[in-house]
Amino acid sequence: MTYTITQISIFAENRPGRLAAIAEALESENINILAFSIAEASGFGVIRALVDDPERAFKKLSSLGYVVSTTEVIGIKMHDRPGGLREISRMLGDAGINIEYAYAYTGRPNAVLIIRVDHVDEAINAILSKGGQLIQRTELA
Amino acid sequence: MKYLDPRIEEMPRTEIEALQFKLLKTLVYRLYSFSDFYRSRMKEHNVHPDDIRSLDDIVKLPFMYKKDLRDNYPDGMFIGGQEDLVRYHVSSGTTGKPTVVGYTHRDLENWAISVARGLTSIGLGRRDVLQVSYGYGLFTGGLGLHYGAERMGATVVPASVGNTERQIELIQDLRVTAIACTPSYMLHLSEVAEKMGVSFERDTRLRTAVLGAEPWSEKMRARIEGSTGIKAYDIYGTSELSGPLFTECSEQNGIHIWGDLAYVEVIDPETGERLGPGEKGELVITMLQKEALPMMRYRIGDITSFEDSVCGCGRSHVRISRIQGRVDDMLIIRGINVFPSQIEHALMSVPELGEHFQIVVDRKGALDTMLVRVELKSAQLFSDKLDDLIRLKNKVAHQLRNNLNVAVDVELVSPETLTRFEGKAKRVIDRRVL
Ligand SMILES: [Zn+2]
Repeated sequence: MTYTITQISIFAENRPGRLAAIAEALESENINILAFSIAEASGFGVIRALVDDPERAFKKLSSLGYVVSTTEVIGIKMHDRPGGLREISRMLGDAGINIEYAYAYTGRPNAVLIIRVDHVDEAINAILSKGGQLIQRTELA
Repeated sequence: MKYLDPRIEEMPRTEIEALQFKLLKTLVYRLYSFSDFYRSRMKEHNVHPDDIRSLDDIVKLPFMYKKDLRDNYPDGMFIGGQEDLVRYHVSSGTTGKPTVVGYTHRDLENWAISVARGLTSIGLGRRDVLQVSYGYGLFTGGLGLHYGAERMGATVVPASVGNTERQIELIQDLRVTAIACTPSYMLHLSEVAEKMGVSFERDTRLRTAVLGAEPWSEKMRARIEGSTGIKAYDIYGTSELSGPLFTECSEQNGIHIWGDLAYVEVIDPETGERLGPGEKGELVITMLQKEALPMMRYRIGDITSFEDSVCGCGRSHVRISRIQGRVDDMLIIRGINVFPSQIEHALMSVPELGEHFQIVVDRKGALDTMLVRVELKSAQLFSDKLDDLIRLKNKVAHQLRNNLNVAVDVELVSPETLTRFEGKAKRVIDRRVL
């Protein structure tokens, strides 16, 4: 079972229309965006997205000249109810996992917290041993 | 053969300077006596030939400009009559009138000697076959290299420009060892050779290229040398000075300016004051022996710096660095001179960046600001952590600051987002209202 999910990250300067252009490029390839987040600093940002076909998305965006990379992230299933995030956060804290960044989406069948950590395998083992549930790669495709 | 003329090329600096002073005095008296232009300009500046009592007194003399040549078109600045001339060259000015240059027999001889010394200093000699792929005709490139190479004793193939496949056949058939052309033609030549299935390294004896007549960079040198196995050397000159005159030596670390033929100054283009070794500024050249069209403190408009330490090749003559831009491109930011080429150079050293950039100059209150927008290199592995990008941005800003001595804001942008221009890149947007 593979618990890591391939996320694509795209460099984008803060300019109107940038996100739309990226979304349009993916749409033209029939690639579905499941979740995304935008991280901003002064003047530029990184768009991170979970898509149903990261490999094809990477190829498409690279061919258009975007600076793109792929990153392995983990998706932790959350209860879609008040307190769901608190439970998971406490568990991650207890496991001593250092989170680089995180973002969430609520969808079927679960709400999911996406996290990026430095030591992926250690984090997966820690979460599973604490009884956490992770989404699998196959669930997104 | 190491030197064409060891007596001159190895001459100690003090002796060169003594010789230069003697030649300068002669030149100044000659100009004052025989040239209406120079006499009236010297009078305007309240300077008389008697005031030149040392080589450093050259700073008392007025500058001359390209404009002076245009204003005196075609031959108002010549000394002597047509009967003394043995040749004309005409350079087509991109703006306005062309420049006409006349040569006495002695002028041609000194030109050839200068080029011959240069070619010798990069290791060429009688056993070499030099293909001259510069244009022949009114342009000085072709004939300049031609006579210089013959003077040295090499065998010349006067190929001129064009018909590239034929040029490559000649290189093979005549066992050409060296070529003189523009750097862009050299790249073109290697592309065509590749298409023809010809490897310079495997199928020819071509090992040396003397490249000039247009701006190029260390990056281009690395590209040419890496793809062809040919050593590429820079050559410098302009038609006003005679034509291509001075080259790098085997050290590839600066262009030797023969002190018996020319006196080099590098000045601050704003104040006209002389700068020291290593300081970047405008090149000013005085041709010490030119007869038909003398050049005294001629401001060429090229940006360079000079080095006066003895070169690794053993030659004592001053070197100038590769031309790094034109004075017209210079920006003054908070009183500091900044050249787009410096910015390009600083950006080139950061592997994560692409080739395209833009400079935006503005003024906030009384303070100039400079923003450099630079494209990231496409298809690179980039970390998706913001911290890493911020670190990269700070690294670029730091690099620029160190190179320019001016604080710079940096904006990282995606590849292929900055406007592309045909030909010369218009990289500067100056929004200052002065
Ligand atoms: Zn040298």
